[in-house]
Amino acid sequence: MALTTLLEGIRQALFEEMERDPAVVCIGEDIGVYGGAFKVTAGLLERYGWERVIDTPISETGLIGAACGMSYLGLRPVCELQFVDFIACCFNQLTNFVAKSYYLWGAPVPMVVRAPSGGGVHGGPFHSQNPEMYFAHTPGLKIVYPSTAYDAKGLMKSAIRDNNPVLFFEHKFLYRRIKDEIPAGDYTVPLGKAAVRREGRDLTIVTYAAMAHTCMDAAAELAKEGIEAEVLDLRTIQPLDKEAVLASVKNTNRLLVVHEDTKFGGIAGEIAAVVFEEAFDDLDAPVRRVTALDTPVPYSPPLEERFLPQVKDVVTAARELARY
Amino acid sequence: MSVDVIMPQMGESIFEGTITKWLKKPGERVERDEPLFEISTDKVDAEIPAPAAGVLKEIKINEGQTVPIQTIVAVIDAEGGAAVAPAPAKPAAAAQPAPPPAAAPTPPPVEAPLHFEPSPRAAAPPPVPAQAAPAPAAASAAPVATRTDGEKVRSSPLVRRMAREHGVDLTQVPGTGAGGRVSKRDMLAAIEHGAPAATPASAAAPAPGLSSTASAAASQAPPPPSGTLYRPAFELGVPRERIYFGRYEVQPMSTMRQKIAEHMLASKHVSPHVYSVEEADVSGIVALRNKAKSEFERKYDLKLSYMPFFVRAAIEGLRAFPQMNASLDGTNVVYHKEFNIGIAVALEWGLLVPVIKNAEEKNFLGLQRAINDLAERARTKKLKPEEVAESTFAITNPGVFGGLMGMPVINQPNVGILGLGAVEKRPVVVDDAIAIRSMVYLTLSYDHRVVDGAIAHQFLHKVKSVLEDWTENIL
Repeated sequence: MALTTLLEGIRQALFEEMERDPAVVCIGEDIGVYGGAFKVTAGLLERYGWERVIDTPISETGLIGAACGMSYLGLRPVCELQFVDFIACCFNQLTNFVAKSYYLWGAPVPMVVRAPSGGGVHGGPFHSQNPEMYFAHTPGLKIVYPSTAYDAKGLMKSAIRDNNPVLFFEHKFLYRRIKDEIPAGDYTVPLGKAAVRREGRDLTIVTYAAMAHTCMDAAAELAKEGIEAEVLDLRTIQPLDKEAVLASVKNTNRLLVVHEDTKFGGIAGEIAAVVFEEAFDDLDAPVRRVTALDTPVPYSPPLEERFLPQVKDVVTAARELARY
Repeated sequence: MSVDVIMPQMGESIFEGTITKWLKKPGERVERDEPLFEISTDKVDAEIPAPAAGVLKEIKINEGQTVPIQTIVAVIDAEGGAAVAPAPAKPAAAAQPAPPPAAAPTPPPVEAPLHFEPSPRAAAPPPVPAQAAPAPAAASAAPVATRTDGEKVRSSPLVRRMAREHGVDLTQVPGTGAGGRVSKRDMLAAIEHGAPAATPASAAAPAPGLSSTASAAASQAPPPPSGTLYRPAFELGVPRERIYFGRYEVQPMSTMRQKIAEHMLASKHVSPHVYSVEEADVSGIVALRNKAKSEFERKYDLKLSYMPFFVRAAIEGLRAFPQMNASLDGTNVVYHKEFNIGIAVALEWGLLVPVIKNAEEKNFLGLQRAINDLAERARTKKLKPEEVAESTFAITNPGVFGGLMGMPVINQPNVGILGLGAVEKRPVVVDDAIAIRSMVYLTLSYDHRVVDGAIAHQFLHKVKSVLEDWTENIL
């Protein structure tokens, strides 16, 4: 099998889902002729035409609102935001309309909002953010954040087929760096299920997205010291796969959560609370967090490197935790 | 029929409104939805329409008055028999939040987005092992595992659970984690190598590997006497089962006994005690007392003891060395201006230290009277709480029971306590001759944080010299 990038995995999912279901449409800024800011939708317009690949004016509120209406009428829109940072512009549409629509009016909103996210590409504070927790906090939204090409494709298919609104975070650092063998033919990856990337007995590292790779590198380093870290890739933030986290913690009794989002209010705190509530007696050490700093994402490359969790940060924290 | 007119809620955050104008007078006819009155709220001013057609029967709230929402402000005598519900005025209806739908009327075609997955139930707690027959509730008996040196055992929730489940005494498990913490590793090793059995105070059930003798011994120990609070004064020096052997009787400590225990431990814990001993020749005082005793008692109806001599001597010592009449507050030394002398009084049921307040202001007679009065009332339980507080120094008298000398524990928050041995005749060297003199050993326990040996010995020497060169008239 040929190696496929994470970006290409998503593109394949869009093609295959549009092929499979005529209700699937794509909508966004410059996704048609231009093929999208990162070229994820390249070729879709030629194949499916302007009625199913819709370029919109530069208004995130407008395009999310339009997609919400389309979903009411039976379509399954897949929206693209050029950068997830701009999701703040349609915060009201997403949190007050899309998320609550089914609760308030019994009107399901089977739409997907895709957006490039994350840092490490020197994009600065407006093009590097990880705003997933604003939305994880909003009941009614599902949040997906894959780390591999295989998962990206399978999760995108599940997201499109899901009858709930799904925010699909696409880490732009991983877009073309991550390559997987992807099987031919249709497959899906279920939402809300974490994946054990590496098994270990000494501690559990729960993570997702780009940090999954950082943690795998860290786990390799730790193994040289005789510390076997289990790496759990959440893949979906909401719903959170609590069973997987708890099962792993019950094995290793030590938990480190690593994410690229800032620390305060990040999912690590939520995971720690779940573990304290449901597995306190299984803990042999306090839960630890390695996250980005509580600042905006810096432009400056050395500052951004300091801002983002690095392999050595994970190794240090994991080592201390293992020896606690 | 009558329809109530209410003050409507003009917005979610509004809880009261002011009636600014009534547009109808009582007795006037009003149509349904016809403006009836005007209100002013924090958010809006509005005309409120009548909820029903009829005659305005009564205005209950006058113009200018402010009332909470839902207050009945007027009554309309509605026409006809059609029972018109007292519907709130329209703006109010708009402001009312719609009741949440109880359930979707028809099964929706999609899964409800509000609960993605059934939340997993917390793993059932491991079954609580059956308790050994006389063992108390494990959780309440030993909230904190403590090593014999008093250091708390650092562990983790997992380790404590393993200790419970395997009946392992945590204090016996060597910790190799950070800062000597007992970790899962250590527990696994301990369990594998036959863990030291927990006492009933720290484990609910005998571990599978527990030896039968240990478990038998453990099951014979009665329930621990203290409650759930961690009280270091009642910490055990040995495993509990080692206390109970042979024939014995168990009696609970009195509250006073417990207080004494806690106070003594706290004092020993807080103050590094140093002890100095001096010897005084009190032959002169003995002679003086023997000579004045009967007259003193006749004159004042008061027994004459040695105690006021020692109190006077101590006061003079404290005057000369104010460091001895002090307390320590953090890094501040508090020098007391009063000389409040606590006198230890032995009772059949314990010990009290009533205090002679401002002892420096009393003459000899006053001291003797205060001493006798406090001692008497201590024995008859008539002391007031303030009479056992605010001592600045204390004197204890083991000599009254024939003790040669004693090394007392400091009465906190003082920094020193003077112990008096028995007054007895001893052969001593006087002017290179051996003489028989009435002697007493003076012992001083002092807090080395505040008082050094040099001061302590000078203080003792001052006390000794006052006693040996007594000049004060006692009659």
